[in-house]
Amino acid sequence: MMMKKLMLGAALAVMATAAQATDVMKMAVTTSFNNSGLADVLLPEIKKDLDLEVQLLVVGTGQAIKLGEQGDVDAILVHSRPAEEKYLAGGFGTHRTEIMYNDFVFIGPKADPAGIKDDASAVEALKDIAGAEATFVSRGDDSGTHKKELSLWKAADLDVAGFGSWYNAVGAGMGAALNTASGMNAYILADRASWLNFGNKADLELLYAGDPVLFNQYAYLPVNPELHPHVQTALVDKLEKWLVSDRAEELINGYTINGETLFVFNANAE
Amino acid sequence: MVDLWSGLSQAFWLMVTLDPELVEIALRSLRVTLSALVVASLIAFPLAAMLAVRRFRWRRTIIALLNALMGLPPVVVGLIVYVFLSRSGPLGVLGLLFTPTAMIIAQTIIIVPLIASIAHQSIRELWAEYHDLLISMNVTEWQKMHTLIWDSRRALLTAALAGFGRAIGEVGAIMIVGGNIDHATRVLTTAIALETGKGEFALALALGFVLIGLAVAVNLGIHWLGRTERGGRW
Amino acid sequence: MNRLLPLAVTEAVSRKRGQTLVGPISLRLEGQGITVVIGPNGAGKTSLLSLLHGIARLSSGTVQWACPIEEARHAQAFVFQRPVMLRRSVLENAAYPLRIRGVAKAEARARAADWAEQVGLGALLERPATVLSGGEQQKLALIRALIIEPEVLFLDEPCASLDGRAMREIEEILLAARDRGTRLVMSTHDMGQARRLADEVLFLFRGRIHDSGPAGVFFDGPATPQARAFLRGDIVE
Repeated sequence: MMMKKLMLGAALAVMATAAQATDVMKMAVTTSFNNSGLADVLLPEIKKDLDLEVQLLVVGTGQAIKLGEQGDVDAILVHSRPAEEKYLAGGFGTHRTEIMYNDFVFIGPKADPAGIKDDASAVEALKDIAGAEATFVSRGDDSGTHKKELSLWKAADLDVAGFGSWYNAVGAGMGAALNTASGMNAYILADRASWLNFGNKADLELLYAGDPVLFNQYAYLPVNPELHPHVQTALVDKLEKWLVSDRAEELINGYTINGETLFVFNANAE
Repeated sequence: MVDLWSGLSQAFWLMVTLDPELVEIALRSLRVTLSALVVASLIAFPLAAMLAVRRFRWRRTIIALLNALMGLPPVVVGLIVYVFLSRSGPLGVLGLLFTPTAMIIAQTIIIVPLIASIAHQSIRELWAEYHDLLISMNVTEWQKMHTLIWDSRRALLTAALAGFGRAIGEVGAIMIVGGNIDHATRVLTTAIALETGKGEFALALALGFVLIGLAVAVNLGIHWLGRTERGGRW
Repeated sequence: MNRLLPLAVTEAVSRKRGQTLVGPISLRLEGQGITVVIGPNGAGKTSLLSLLHGIARLSSGTVQWACPIEEARHAQAFVFQRPVMLRRSVLENAAYPLRIRGVAKAEARARAADWAEQVGLGALLERPATVLSGGEQQKLALIRALIIEPEVLFLDEPCASLDGRAMREIEEILLAARDRGTRLVMSTHDMGQARRLADEVLFLFRGRIHDSGPAGVFFDGPATPQARAFLRGDIVE
């Protein structure tokens, strides 16, 4: 009797799951994309337009790429060109589609002890920070933002390994790193979206932005179905078509926080 | 301090208004952890009884191992479970990664050593008390284990509650194997980590208070059930 | 009539960590009645009972029942000097031996309640056994042993530290069991009790049976000086 009830219950549970399944796909995205709040705007529209539920795995770029390589997601949306190219070269993805970009900004204490507010370039700002040995927080987690920061230090001819105790690699996501910077009243490189959505600004403010080198290109990379046959290529394609469509353009360009535009749509629909 | 107060009041409003999103993730937290608890207990109790009753070659090694694994870092468990359940891993075909089932598996692995160790302690003591009697009655090995488990059920309840506490508050492992997917695998702890990451301390704290409340409620509930069973003697 | 008897013991020894607890023992147990084991403290009374019952290791020699060992183990019971109470109610304690023998729950409980009633525990059925008094616990241990209607029952000083009334009740239960045909083997340090109950006496000294015989003969004139001294109340070493 007991057994029968249990089996019946299990059967019902299975049926219930089957019934609720519209189309579901998994996509790994970076923390910065999710923190921007854009996902909360796009996902309901995608659900409405395509009857497709996109489940987001919010991780660092490094982990997102790893999930793609292992076939644990159907597609990834990241922002680190060199890592993306390596990923494609390894045969893990079919292609790379640029969708939009936002930009990185320098955040720091209001008093701006290193004086980067009126600098002419991102490289100059970094040189000022290093020169003043002003406290600086680095993501240190191999993420897209971290990689961008490292490439900028390199461009400024400075060696991160030789920095003193003012340079703090925290090995954490954007939000956690911003929390740390806020606590230490330190400089940090962040993406604009995360910064605008960040709730614990304390004595920090946006000090420098605008150098084209700080632009942050997001790209969509489907996982290679030849490597991972279970990947739902049809859904992945459907989502890609939607992401490069006029409808997405309108939503992405129209997304603002406190009146500020965050993303610029730059996909070329074929 | 401001965050604390605003967290408390947010928690209060979230609960009195039965915020649907909160209810959803709180229920998922409970479902995942209680499932893990049931599975872990079904493994740990007989294991503990067997370790108390039977003398076999690797017995001491297993006990030492269980004690050591009590402090197992959840992140490591999460990574190992991930490697197994990943599409590229040995159990990838099951497609369990990033589902509540994966979270249940990870939590089960985390709490089995804890529950088994605590359970073993009390079952061993009871076995010392019962040893001569049960041997004299010529009971089978299985009956021994059954009797010991049943008669130490109060101590085992405590062991299970310890496991529950560790599982419901765990974040490292289920973040990796569950993925914190909205409406699919997001639970209280991963939501707290997410909101903390966004700098939304008040909301994170509010969720934290709900988590604490939930843990206390379950503990009280189970204790109350245990007491009504029969006049709190053992 | 009694499947288990006669019990033949030859040169049986029980050792633990190189030390001889009891033995070598040779004896025959048959017929009916109560065999009382007496002897000074440390003579090996408990070890002898455990050895016969099969819960102490038989290091050498043989203990041979008249039926296969598994059957014999199943048809005997043991009452410890300090009763071991299962952490359950009085009723469930008494029903336990029946339950492990596969008797259905309802029937086991009915029979347990019946036994409990007979020894005056009827009002305490739902009490946790661990809160009973010493005498009540010993009575419960006794009916828990008797409920399987054992053919042989061992008792290790079942009345140690009980008051007079509890002792009288327990002796009555034992005599009733004997009259039903159960063969009893019990140790005691109470010579009054030994005289009251014994049909046969084993005098144990330094791990061996030093003297033995039918109760009347033994108490009237023990054959050995040690047994005589012991009965007189002298210290025997």
